[in-house]
Amino acid sequence: MAAYMSAGRSANAFSTHDFVPEWAQEEVSTGTTIMAVEFDGGVVIGADSRTTTGAYIANRVTDKLTPIHDHIFCCRSGSAADTQAVADAVTYQLGFHSIELDEPPLVQTAANLFQQMCYRYREELMAGIIVAGWDKRRGGQVYTVPMGGMIVRQPVSVGGSGSSYIYGFMDSNYKPGMTKEECLHFCTQALALAMERDGSSGGVARLAAITEEGLERRVVLGHQLPKFSNT
Amino acid sequence: HVGSKLDDGVGYDLSASTFSPDGRVFQVEYAMKAVENSSTAIGIRCKDGVVFGVEKLILSKLYEQGSNKRIFNVDRHVGMAVAGLLADARSLSEVAREEASNFRSNYGHNIPLKYLSERVAMYVHAYTLYSAVRPFGCSFILGSYDQDDGPQLYMVDPSGISFGYWGCAIGKAKQAAKTEIEKLQMKDMTCRELVKEVAKIIYIVHDEVKDKAFELELSWVGEVTNGKHELVPKDIRVEAEKYAKVCTTTTSLLHGISVTWVQNNSTFKVFFPHFMVTN
Repeated sequence: MAAYMSAGRSANAFSTHDFVPEWAQEEVSTGTTIMAVEFDGGVVIGADSRTTTGAYIANRVTDKLTPIHDHIFCCRSGSAADTQAVADAVTYQLGFHSIELDEPPLVQTAANLFQQMCYRYREELMAGIIVAGWDKRRGGQVYTVPMGGMIVRQPVSVGGSGSSYIYGFMDSNYKPGMTKEECLHFCTQALALAMERDGSSGGVARLAAITEEGLERRVVLGHQLPKFSNT
Repeated sequence: HVGSKLDDGVGYDLSASTFSPDGRVFQVEYAMKAVENSSTAIGIRCKDGVVFGVEKLILSKLYEQGSNKRIFNVDRHVGMAVAGLLADARSLSEVAREEASNFRSNYGHNIPLKYLSERVAMYVHAYTLYSAVRPFGCSFILGSYDQDDGPQLYMVDPSGISFGYWGCAIGKAKQAAKTEIEKLQMKDMTCRELVKEVAKIIYIVHDEVKDKAFELELSWVGEVTNGKHELVPKDIRVEAEKYAKVCTTTTSLLHGISVTWVQNNSTFKVFFPHFMVTN
């Protein structure tokens, strides 16, 4: 069975066969929590690290933050295979385009390439992607390309099955004009909350800050994640 | 033609796939001659935009005014002024349009002019490689204005090379036009000032004796048009032509004799078969 980092799925292709047990035919509602925040001078992106096949955690230290170019990353949610394949294709296209133009690519271009592919193959793919990065023209930008292939730029975006639990936190705690450190703290808290509530998100919290200078990656291990009292 | 014939009479100039002994591809040079037979087109880049001016010779009084356009829209923010075989130029404008459209469709934003001119130049160059086709007999000037890159000006010629310019001229009076363009301080000018100077240059280089009547086609793209390439509005064009006429005083008497002089320069041309005209 394929490994998923997704947020729910419709009818399984094998559902009509009898030689697969009932539990393996269950709807796969596995998970991810991914997010990205713009700030003046760059973006902060974050994700959990759990990949599941059914109830089994196939990888508990997954890196869902994938580089597409020097200053452009994507956060992957959905089918692991689908998102890896799309990310590889876009990485190639963007690299080629950048060499043709003889300048670093725009985040908008990367996001559009994802959108083109996700929309064209919307029936076959299960991929919810957040594209985030920095370019010289418009600074830090976050573009969300959810399943179905729409594209919209947002100052802050969350995705994956764990995102449902943190919309409230995001809406009440996000403020425009945060610094990089404030964004990192905001992301850590949001991911911790989602990972606590969503069974399909967990492991460690991976974060990255992308600015003109380059990339800074952080990992917040399980025991270091903020704890929230709920008793 | 020196160097274009072998001893046995078979020429080096019969196809684009043949070099001459002194390393020239004659077909490409002949294509450039075709451009030089056409009337002049100029493009100048200033601090906040690009202005095109074309000397459109009127071959018949029956032509509708404004027809036979020599300036095309390639994309909202890109204009193209041509000289040479017009049919070739029109087909290349379609090529340029498709490139710009595909770029926008794939990458989601305006095509950068450097990239567009390189793509179209590559296309033109391809036609200089084979004996089965002839090179394009036209040169063209591409101009654009974009929030991020600012004003840009590129020229492509039949050999398939493209360069960026602050000002360039193509067609029969290109040398004279280039001399005039070099006198301008275009980096400090705005589009509104430049429109008048472009009109003036076309009027200066127009040869009244050989070519009689002409229509001036003016277009611009820049901050003044909000990044949209369009023909200069009628009132501004009329004002520019008035300025041009004043600067190049034409005393057209009975037989269209003209006296022109070049400002800031002591040279002047005087034609006086029957009359002596002074100013």
